[in-house]
Amino acid sequence: MALFPDPFDTLLTLQQALDSFRSSGWLGASPSGGGSYPPMNVFRKGDDFIIIAELPGLNKTALDVQVKGNTVRVAGTKVVTFPEKSSVHRRERLAGRFDRALTLPVQIDPDAVKAEYRDGILALFLPRAEKDKPRSIQVA
Amino acid sequence: MANDQDLAVREKKELATKEEKTVPGRYYVPYADIFETEDALTVVMEIPGVEKKNLDIALENDVLRIDGQIDFAKYDGMDPVYSEYNIGHYTRSFTLSNKIDQEQISAQLDDGVLTLTLPKAKEAQSRRISIR
Repeated sequence: MALFPDPFDTLLTLQQALDSFRSSGWLGASPSGGGSYPPMNVFRKGDDFIIIAELPGLNKTALDVQVKGNTVRVAGTKVVTFPEKSSVHRRERLAGRFDRALTLPVQIDPDAVKAEYRDGILALFLPRAEKDKPRSIQVA
Repeated sequence: MANDQDLAVREKKELATKEEKTVPGRYYVPYADIFETEDALTVVMEIPGVEKKNLDIALENDVLRIDGQIDFAKYDGMDPVYSEYNIGHYTRSFTLSNKIDQEQISAQLDDGVLTLTLPKAKEAQSRRISIR
């Protein structure tokens, strides 16, 4: 820790906190879980679900994906570093911890879940559990 | 620096330009960090989802333009059921001063983060002046 707090840091932290306060829809309906970062898109492909999130510049080892029941948890830390002897002109990229859980309305097969991280995009493939799939009933 | 705080969600910034694009689709402005070291200026930009082959970096009339296209074919056959962000191409341009050695600009793309190194021209590098 530096002797004096970084003025850049204080300003940015305050601005971010105010921004998130203004834009947080904590009274509105939202998916379950702790934080709301990263923003996620959920797609359906046939019977299976695909969750996609933009997480640029993450170390794969700093990413923790867990599945339990029909809840998926994505947690990690995003780090932004600057070389020691540099002057920063512009700082827009955010860094910090995130932890988010998302509950799906269907049962998923935890053993068949696949996660892929490529080009800064995290994709989670969540196959619907076989026992949860609807069964067609032959009309006699 | 700020790595120990919780990350907050931020709305993606859509591009607003005077000239219009000829291709359809939304464009976003990627978030960028710019820092200067003794011998170079470095621009770090977040363009998640852009593959190397779909990234175009051009230098024209002292303007460095970065254009990253998203491959929407990957989303074929997928039905959106819930959405929190939109997907679009990325573009951003920077005007360079003549202090940059424009021949020596290099770029690297890792995990959706583009790093552009713009070396300073020899005459623009700082020199120590010795006192006689």
